[in-house]
Amino acid sequence: MLRVCLRGANAAARQCVCGKVAGHPPLQHCRRYTSAGDSGVSAGKIVAASLLTVGGGLGGTIIYAKWDPKFRSNVEKTVPYSDKVFGMTLGPPPPPVIVPKKPAKVEPLQISSVSEATKDSKQPKKEKKAKEAAPPPEEAPAVEEAPADAAAPPPPPPAQTIEGECTECAHEPATLKERPAEEVTALLAAKDAAEQDTLASISSNLDETLGSSAKTTMAAIGAQEAALAAIAVHTEKLKEAMDEEGAADTKSAQWRALEEALNERSKAVDEAGAALLRARDELEKLKGVITSAKDTNIDAARPQVLAAEENLHNMIVDLDKVVGKVQLAQSEAKIVSQYSDLVNEAKAQFQKELDSITPEIKASWKGLAGKLTTDDLNSLIAHAHRRIDQLNRELAEQRVREQIHIETALDQQKLEHQKALETAVLTALEHNREEMRLEQEKKVAEVREVMEAEMRTQLRRQAAAHTDHLRDVLKVQEQELRAEAEETLTNKMQEQETHYRRLTQEQLDAFTLDMNAAYARLKGVEEAIDSHVIAEEEARKAHQLWLSVEALNYSLRTSGADAPTEPLEAAALAVRESCADNEFAQALATSLPTESLSRGVYSEASLRARFQDVRKLARRVALIDETRNSLYQYFLSYVQAALLMEPEQERPPERLSPTDLDTFKLLSYACYSMERGDLELAAKLLNQLTGEPRRVAQDWLNEARLTLETRQAISLLSAYANAVGLGTTQAP
Amino acid sequence: MDEEYGRKWDRCLADSAVKIGTGLGVGVILSVLLFKRRTWPVAFSAGTGLGMAYSNCQNDFRSPYLLHGRMVKDQ
Repeated sequence: MLRVCLRGANAAARQCVCGKVAGHPPLQHCRRYTSAGDSGVSAGKIVAASLLTVGGGLGGTIIYAKWDPKFRSNVEKTVPYSDKVFGMTLGPPPPPVIVPKKPAKVEPLQISSVSEATKDSKQPKKEKKAKEAAPPPEEAPAVEEAPADAAAPPPPPPAQTIEGECTECAHEPATLKERPAEEVTALLAAKDAAEQDTLASISSNLDETLGSSAKTTMAAIGAQEAALAAIAVHTEKLKEAMDEEGAADTKSAQWRALEEALNERSKAVDEAGAALLRARDELEKLKGVITSAKDTNIDAARPQVLAAEENLHNMIVDLDKVVGKVQLAQSEAKIVSQYSDLVNEAKAQFQKELDSITPEIKASWKGLAGKLTTDDLNSLIAHAHRRIDQLNRELAEQRVREQIHIETALDQQKLEHQKALETAVLTALEHNREEMRLEQEKKVAEVREVMEAEMRTQLRRQAAAHTDHLRDVLKVQEQELRAEAEETLTNKMQEQETHYRRLTQEQLDAFTLDMNAAYARLKGVEEAIDSHVIAEEEARKAHQLWLSVEALNYSLRTSGADAPTEPLEAAALAVRESCADNEFAQALATSLPTESLSRGVYSEASLRARFQDVRKLARRVALIDETRNSLYQYFLSYVQAALLMEPEQERPPERLSPTDLDTFKLLSYACYSMERGDLELAAKLLNQLTGEPRRVAQDWLNEARLTLETRQAISLLSAYANAVGLGTTQAP
Repeated sequence: MDEEYGRKWDRCLADSAVKIGTGLGVGVILSVLLFKRRTWPVAFSAGTGLGMAYSNCQNDFRSPYLLHGRMVKDQ
C-alpha cells in the first residue's frame, strides 16, 4: 500500500517534472492548467483510490478480527496500537474458553461425599438404636452394617441382664449376713448331733414298735387261726351231731362235746377278737411312730421307715386275710348252725306233735314197736299220713315258694356278695394304694439318694475348684510380694553402690586432673619448640620461593620492542622446585601457559604498538560480518572507515550497553584503556568484536591473553610468597 | 593477521588485473576475427574477466581459513 502510494507520488512527481521540462512556452499555461488540472484530477483520483484501499483494508481487518479471535490476537501482537483500535470498535476481547473438566469431576466427588455423609449420619442413629432395646435391623444402607447391628444388639442385652444379675447379686450379700465359720461349723455339728440322736431314737422306736406289733400281729393271727380251727371243729361236730342217729348216750355225749366245742369256739373267737384288737392297736401305734419319724425328716431314717411301713402293710394284709377266713368260717358255721337249729326245731315240732297225739309215748319212740296198739298204730299212721300230706303240701308250697325264696335268697346273696365284693374291693384298693404309695416312696427315696450323691459330687467339685482358685490367688500374691521385696532390696543396694562409686570417682577425677594438667604443660612446651622449628623451616622455604618468584618476575622484563621475552621455562622450573611441597604454589606454577614457557610473552609496549595496526584494520572491515559479505560490502566498509569520524580515545563506561557494541566505539574504548595501560580491559573490549574485525583482532587477542595469564600467575605467586614470608617472619 | 589481509588484497588485485587484461585481449581478437570489429565482444569479454576476478576475490575473502598452497616443482 505504501509502495503504491509512493509509486503514485513518484509518478505524479515525475509527471510534474516532465511537464516542467517538456516545453517552456506551453509550460507556463500548461503548467498552470496541467499542474492544476492534471495534478488535481490525477492527484484526486490517486488520493481517493489510496483512501479507499486504506479504508477497505482496515475495515476488512476489523471484520475478520471480529470473526476470528486468533487473527485478532495475532494482529494485536504484531501491530502496536491495534489492540486499542479493536477495543474501541469491537469491544473487549472474548475471554479464553477453558474446557470444563473440573465441574464434572467435582460432581461425582460430591455425590460420594453425600452418600458418605448419609452413611455417617445413619451410623450414629444405628448406634443409638442399638443402645436402646434391641430393635430389628434396617435393610437399606449396607450389608456390613446389618451384621454389625446384629452383633451389637445381642451384646447390650446380655450385658444388661448380666448387670441386673450383678445388681441382684450385689443386693443379696448385703441382705444376708455371713455368719462366721466357727459358728457355722458348730451349728452344723449340733445339727448333726441332734439328727443323730433323733435318728437313734426313731430307729429304736421303730424297732420296738415293729417288734411289738409283729408279736401281737402274730399272736392275733395265731388266735384267729385257732378260732378258725375251733370253728371248723365245732362245725364238724355239729354236722356229726346232726347227721348221725346214734344212741342216746353217744348223742348226749356228742351234744356235750358239741357244747364244749361251742364254748371253745366262742372262747377262741373272743380271744381272736381281742388279739385282733390288740394287734390293730399296735399297728396304729406303729403307724403313728412312722408318721412322726417321717415328720422329723431325717434322711437316714427313711429306709427304716420305709421298711417299717412295708412291714406294717404286710401285717395288715395278713390280718385282714385271716379275718376274712375267720368270717368265712363263721358264716359257714352260721349256716350249719342255722341248719342245725332248723333241724332241731323240726324235731321238736315233731316231738310235740307226736306228744300231742300220743302223750303216753315218751321220748325214745323208736324202740316201741311191740307196745303200740292198732289204734295207736292207726292214729299214728293216720297222723303219719296227715303229716305226709301236710308235708307234701308244704313241699309243694315250698317248691312253689322255692323259686321266690331262691330269688330272694339270690338277691340277698347278691346284695351280700355285692357288699362283700365292695368291701373286698375297698380293702384291695386300700392295699393297692398302700402298695403304690410304698413303692412311690421307695422310688422317691432312691431318687433322692441318687440326687444326694450327685449333689455331693458337685459340691465336692466346687470345693475342689475353690481350693484351686485359692491356690492360684495365693501364688500370685506370693509372687507380687516377692517382687516388691526384691525391688526395695535392689533399690537400696543401688543407692549404696552409687554412693560408693561417686566417692571413688571423685578421688580418681582429682588425681587425673592433676596428671592431665602436668601432661598438658609438658605437651605445650614440646609443641612450642616444634612449632618454632617448623616456623623457621617455613620461613626458609618462603624466602626461597620469594627469591625464585622475583627471578621469574625479572625475566618478564627481558622482552624487547617487538620480540617476546626469553622463554620462562627455567625460572618456572626454579619456582616449582622451591615450592615442591606447597600445592597452591605448585598449581600456580603449573598454570603458566606453555606458550609463555617455551616462547616467552610479549611486553605491553609491543602489544600497544601492534594495537594501532589492529585498530586501523578493524575499522576498515567494520561492516563485514560472519557471513563474509561480498566485495561490494568491503568497498562500502572501506568508504565508511574513510568517512566516519569518531574520537580516537573514549572513556569506556562502567557497564556496556548494547549500543556500545559497535565496532568503532569498542575500538575507541580499547584505545583509551590501552593508552592508560589497562591491557585487560582492552582485551575484554576487543573480545566483544564480532565478524571480520574480530578475526582480524584474534591474533592480537591471543597474545594479549597469554601475557595477561602469565602476569596474573606471576603476580599471584609473588603475592603468595610475600604473604608466606610475612606469615613466617617473627616480630623482633 | 593483518599481513594476511594485505596479502589477500594483493592477490585479488593481481588476479583481477590479469583477468581483465586477458578478457580485453580475447575480446579484441574475437571482435577482429569473428564479429566484424564491433565493440561489444571487447566489452563482453572484459566484463567477463572483471566478473570472474570479482567472484574470485569474493570467494577468497569469504573463506578466511582456506590456505593457499603453492606447487613445488620437483627439481
